[in-house]
Amino acid sequence: MPAQATAESVEEVIFKGLTELGAEGEVARDSTFEQLDVDSLDLVELAQIIDDEFGVELQGEDVKDLRTVGDVIDLVVARSQ
Amino acid sequence: MPEGCALVTGSARGIGAASAKELAEVGWPVAINYRSDSEGAEGVAAAIGEAGGQAAAVQADVCDRDAVGELFRSVEERFGPVLVVVNNAGVRADGLAPQLGDDEWERVLETNLSAAFRVTRRALKPMLRARFGRVINIASVVGQRANAGQANYAASKAGLIGFTKTVAVEVARRGVTVNAVAPGFVETQLTEGVGNGNGLVDAIPARRPGTPEEVASCVRFLASEEASYVTGTTLTVDGGLSA
Repeated sequence: MPAQATAESVEEVIFKGLTELGAEGEVARDSTFEQLDVDSLDLVELAQIIDDEFGVELQGEDVKDLRTVGDVIDLVVARSQ
Repeated sequence: MPEGCALVTGSARGIGAASAKELAEVGWPVAINYRSDSEGAEGVAAAIGEAGGQAAAVQADVCDRDAVGELFRSVEERFGPVLVVVNNAGVRADGLAPQLGDDEWERVLETNLSAAFRVTRRALKPMLRARFGRVINIASVVGQRANAGQANYAASKAGLIGFTKTVAVEVARRGVTVNAVAPGFVETQLTEGVGNGNGLVDAIPARRPGTPEEVASCVRFLASEEASYVTGTTLTVDGGLSA
């Protein structure tokens, strides 16, 4: 059963996921993926983590315009409503 | 070897069955996928069991989009993450290009190429997470050189080789390799009647058709830890036919 996707739970999972994936420096809502040195394949893995945790599937079109960590959190929360 | 299993599509007989047996022999639990030949698939699974390996026959038509998700769920539940995938399910519907019907074109492209894409897409995500994975696409020498009467089959197999190279570079930095095996004339049910009275065997430098086992041993190599730096390549197994 996927977890309830609240802003807090999504933020926690994404911060943890990005750290696990080897993000450079402190992960914050307004960090850009470029600053974190998170590449396209990292985002594929992050999407997998999000799918496992919240049952929200993010596909190619969804992720291509995402720039910051906050963008992903907002999208996942919106999709899970 | 990491914890997980191997999935071989279309492995009730022929090259798929031989590949499943090879992978089981080196210790992978193997899912024997089949579309309609349950007897063949159960036979392969039983033979693996008797030889001391682990296997289960799993029905799914890989052309059915929903069935692919189901297939993975049932295999993962039984054996854990799928870390080796052999895209072997294939069909042929021969005819000269001016006479090929749309249905014959689409059916061959759908099974040989599009289904392999969908299986690979589903397989890659857990492989990326595991930092280990092996995708092996069964192509054909017909994807590399001409064979009159097989425009659809050739297009599907050439497509598979192109697909192999690009996916390989996309995932290489995660320890996941993607390779193709290109068999020449191998005697299986799929090639029944192909070598009859047309001088094909004489054109093969080895002067004989290959066996499914000879292709399967290449699959076994590409699936191994030893092949960790081999990716994006096509291993041709054709008795010298295309040399």
